[in-house]
Amino acid sequence: MASYIYLLALGKVDSHLLTFGEQCIREAFHLETKISSRKIKIKDAYDSVRNQYHSAKMLKKVIEDPPPDALRIFGLTDVDLFLPIFTFLFGEAQLHGPGALLSTFRLRNSFYGLPENPTLFESRVKKEIVHELGHTFGLVHCFDPVCVMRPSTYVEDVDQKSHEFCDLCRHQVMENIAGA
Amino acid sequence: MQPQDIGILIVDDEFSVRDSLCSWFQADGYRVDTAADATEALQKLQKGSWNIVLLDIKMPGMDGIELQRHIKKIDQKIITIIITAFASVDTAIQALKDGAFDYICKPIDPDELSHLVRNAIDRLRLVAENVSLKERVDEMYAVDEIIGETPPMKNVLKMIHEVAKTDATVMIRGESGTGKELVARAIHMNSNRRYFPMVSINCGAYPEGLLESELFGHEKGAFTGAQYPRKGKLEMANKGTIFFDEIGDITPKMQMDLLRVIETKRFYRLGGNKEIGADFRVISATNKNLEDMTKEETFREDLYYRLNVFSITLPALRERAADIPLIADYLLKKYSESMSKHFTGFSDAATNKMMKYTWPGNVRELRNVIERATVVAKSEKIDEGDLSFAMAGEEETSSQMASLQELEKKHIEQVLKQLNWNISRAAEILEIDRATLYNKIKKYGLRD
Repeated sequence: MASYIYLLALGKVDSHLLTFGEQCIREAFHLETKISSRKIKIKDAYDSVRNQYHSAKMLKKVIEDPPPDALRIFGLTDVDLFLPIFTFLFGEAQLHGPGALLSTFRLRNSFYGLPENPTLFESRVKKEIVHELGHTFGLVHCFDPVCVMRPSTYVEDVDQKSHEFCDLCRHQVMENIAGA
Repeated sequence: MQPQDIGILIVDDEFSVRDSLCSWFQADGYRVDTAADATEALQKLQKGSWNIVLLDIKMPGMDGIELQRHIKKIDQKIITIIITAFASVDTAIQALKDGAFDYICKPIDPDELSHLVRNAIDRLRLVAENVSLKERVDEMYAVDEIIGETPPMKNVLKMIHEVAKTDATVMIRGESGTGKELVARAIHMNSNRRYFPMVSINCGAYPEGLLESELFGHEKGAFTGAQYPRKGKLEMANKGTIFFDEIGDITPKMQMDLLRVIETKRFYRLGGNKEIGADFRVISATNKNLEDMTKEETFREDLYYRLNVFSITLPALRERAADIPLIADYLLKKYSESMSKHFTGFSDAATNKMMKYTWPGNVRELRNVIERATVVAKSEKIDEGDLSFAMAGEEETSSQMASLQELEKKHIEQVLKQLNWNISRAAEILEIDRATLYNKIKKYGLRD
């Protein structure tokens, strides 16, 4: 029976970050997690003109050959993501779909020329993991000012929202998980 | 307007663009679909209901600019947003001239896209709100305050509806109190100018210099006390209607000025040197015999013909006595609602009394009588005693030889008695302030 959320590293990802991701998912969704041992090559998703990685191609790799007990597969990467139509993305998820992907590249303070702040970084990672995984369980963007499902196109938007679902989103995500 | 109420159609020949934008908008909860070319887009537009179309300029076959023209033919209200590469910004500008809401360059900054779509939705919301408000305004004025079932009034109503559709200048004739301004408002509210102002000016109420300033406005320093520039009523009526009440009372000089303005729709503010143009419809009203005045050369013939393009003559209330109960019922309902009182109607005696009276003040007098009755009546039905007016015969006798002062004294005394000497209410009905009423009571030696 599919019951685990798999975390999958794309490219070089700190193992501590994967463990942290598992913890975030367990806290927010009350679901069991596993870290995937699959080695994913991401070179072919690289676009030398934009110096970024094609998000859709990366997401396709995430959902390839899913383990039989995988409820969802969550890809984590430290490279900068793009889609041809967009300048950049923090992450991408399939609405009601099996997979999601998050890049930590633009969540680090160093990207903005600021000193690193590990606590703030972890807080941002947690919010975005919950947000993207929320999409895979059918949640659309929420306009509650502090709900974790609030859309965020800049890191400042990520900082403004909380780690939590609003009552409506929590209710809906729990219902959808139960039906998954 | 919830996200699920908004339909977004994405038209782009590149699959990756369609796919990315589709996922992006789906995550926001919008109803989204895609089309790979103009033909598919037009098919989807014909079948479904779409609010926003994002379309690429460069597509094989029909391009985005041409597609946009077809979209506007299908539904003018659909908001189009153009997606373009930097190289084709000129084309995007052309699309804006053709009615596109905005354009966005590839690759798209997600934040810019969010802002753009939010702005487009705000526009949709405003348009929807505007339509709903207009419908409410139409409903408000569909319930006409002009009441009458008699042939003369039916004819007036027919004429109002006929002339309202045109932009013709209208002259409303009728005795004082017959509802000339109400008719002017009905014409305005049923015309294409109804969403613009109707500005009224009582020509008889201003001395010449002041009337000029009211009509044409003035610049700063045009005369002593003109500390600020001010728009005149003609400017304020732009795109709407200007209503000249008591047009027979204007001076020969104003007649000349007005004739020129009505002909050219251009004028200068007092003290100004810049010609101002305004687009307004003219409706005028008078209770004077302008034909006689033109013969006596006190009213310009050319202005008379200019104003009297379409003439509506309102019958006096006594000429349509059968309408009195209808109007009285309407007014009773209106005043009892505003005073939170409950009346079931008029007693037979009260109705007879109203039918026999000659109503020299016409509907205005009837309105005042009913308003007063709703204040003083104690029972559920308005009775004869609650209606305060001199019967025709009495009125003629009393007014034949009485001086104005005597009439004023008698009227004030009558109103005060009816209202049990309620000074505030009496002042309200007499349309004077309380201090003036006290002075008049003292002057005429009236006592409770």
